[in-house]
Amino acid sequence: MAKTDEKMIVDNKRIDGRGFEDTRPVTMEVEVVNRATGSAIVQFGGTQAISSVHGPRELFPRWMQESETGILRCRYNMAPFSVEDRKSPGPDRRSVELSKVARLALEPALFLEDFPKATIDVFIEILQADGSTRVTGINAASLALADAGVPMKDLVAACSVGKIDGQLVVDLNGKEDNNSEIDLAFAIMGTKKKVTLLQMDGIVTRSELVKLVKLAEQTCERIYNLQKKTLKEKFKRV
Amino acid sequence: MQESYALELIEKNKRIDQRKFDDFRKIVIEQGIIKKAEGSARVKLGETEIIAGVKLNIGEPFADTPDEGILIVNTEFTPLASPDFESGPPGEDAVELSRVVDRGIRESKCIELEKLCITPSEKVWCVFIDIHIINHRGNLLDCAALAAIAALLNAKMPKIVDEKIVRGDYEKNLPVVAKPVNVTVGKVGDKYIVDPTLEEEAVLDSKLSISVMDDDGICALQKQGRHEFDVADIEKMADIAIKKSGEIRKLLK
Repeated sequence: MAKTDEKMIVDNKRIDGRGFEDTRPVTMEVEVVNRATGSAIVQFGGTQAISSVHGPRELFPRWMQESETGILRCRYNMAPFSVEDRKSPGPDRRSVELSKVARLALEPALFLEDFPKATIDVFIEILQADGSTRVTGINAASLALADAGVPMKDLVAACSVGKIDGQLVVDLNGKEDNNSEIDLAFAIMGTKKKVTLLQMDGIVTRSELVKLVKLAEQTCERIYNLQKKTLKEKFKRV
Repeated sequence: MQESYALELIEKNKRIDQRKFDDFRKIVIEQGIIKKAEGSARVKLGETEIIAGVKLNIGEPFADTPDEGILIVNTEFTPLASPDFESGPPGEDAVELSRVVDRGIRESKCIELEKLCITPSEKVWCVFIDIHIINHRGNLLDCAALAAIAALLNAKMPKIVDEKIVRGDYEKNLPVVAKPVNVTVGKVGDKYIVDPTLEEEAVLDSKLSISVMDDDGICALQKQGRHEFDVADIEKMADIAIKKSGEIRKLLK
């Protein structure tokens, strides 16, 4: 999707009618892939991510094993049909970077030292891309880890914030992302208020940065509560 | 062993090389060192050494920006630079480094890409920035970003005669109008250190890489490292980066 000359804010509303601090409609579900140890699917408006966790399991090849600790592996991938112009299958440089940042967003929440020589493998597939895919993927992966019963210090909640037509907003959709002046991805460990992901492109002043981080924190709190609710519902069913 | 020593020292507010927490190592920038490149620079940040080369080719523009030049940043973690680097296509660290350096250059709009159009929708200049690591002694990202901008500031555009590039015959400078500087701030416990050496990198809890423009605006942020930090750390690290970037920018010509 390309940059356009279209206005992103009309009559003090965003093009999809949202308020500046509103996320798109969010749905979350766990236990969606029964071959996996844990799984979840998360949707933010038109962006849909599915995540599976396999493990903890013994890590092969053996030379990759760490004797004192387990490792976390993470793969972020976009399905070819998820975007407007078909994306060739396989990792591109963006997916390689996002796999790394997603892993580092989740790792602080785990007790890897409890699983020496093992690996916890997290897979994120973006089925439908309409902006903010990496944070949607991280929200799904965090739920999948909890669904897998992996002990966690906290859930990781993630969101995007940014600036469009001079206005600070939350949860950018695809069009907003492409036409944004600032696009910032943020993830936090819910109750502990510890930041595990922070990326920004665009141009931000120091004072805008402080405001955006505050907006991101507030939004992540709502996402975190939804994640907890989704997990509680799973246990009610059991 | 050096790593646990580095940590002990930091806890006592000292560093192995006696620097202050907000001191960079000695920076040496040499430009125009590669005659076959359109622009080049060698940057030594302490003992970390990186060479960046700028090559210009002609190519097709992207469909959504038919009258703009193209920027491509690539990094080689050359095996000669460290016993931990392997031959082969770029791994996740090399890809991340390339993309973060690219972000700082692209978002700051320091290259006037609109001036690199030859024939709209058909031919534009492609600016390739290739970063070659020569010696890895820590803080590759800041050193690479500095080498990239130094090479861009050194770059000249070759003439085009009969639709062909005449290399070595230069017409003018590559239009570079800003000097983004990347500063990585590391966190250890409740302390912040800049320009970590190899040993210090191993004991950092986390890092925030901040690309700062000439007017102190921030044009890229990338959190790195395996641990978390507090929301309150963000402003403090940004302030350190803004201050240090001003000092480093003075070294760029």
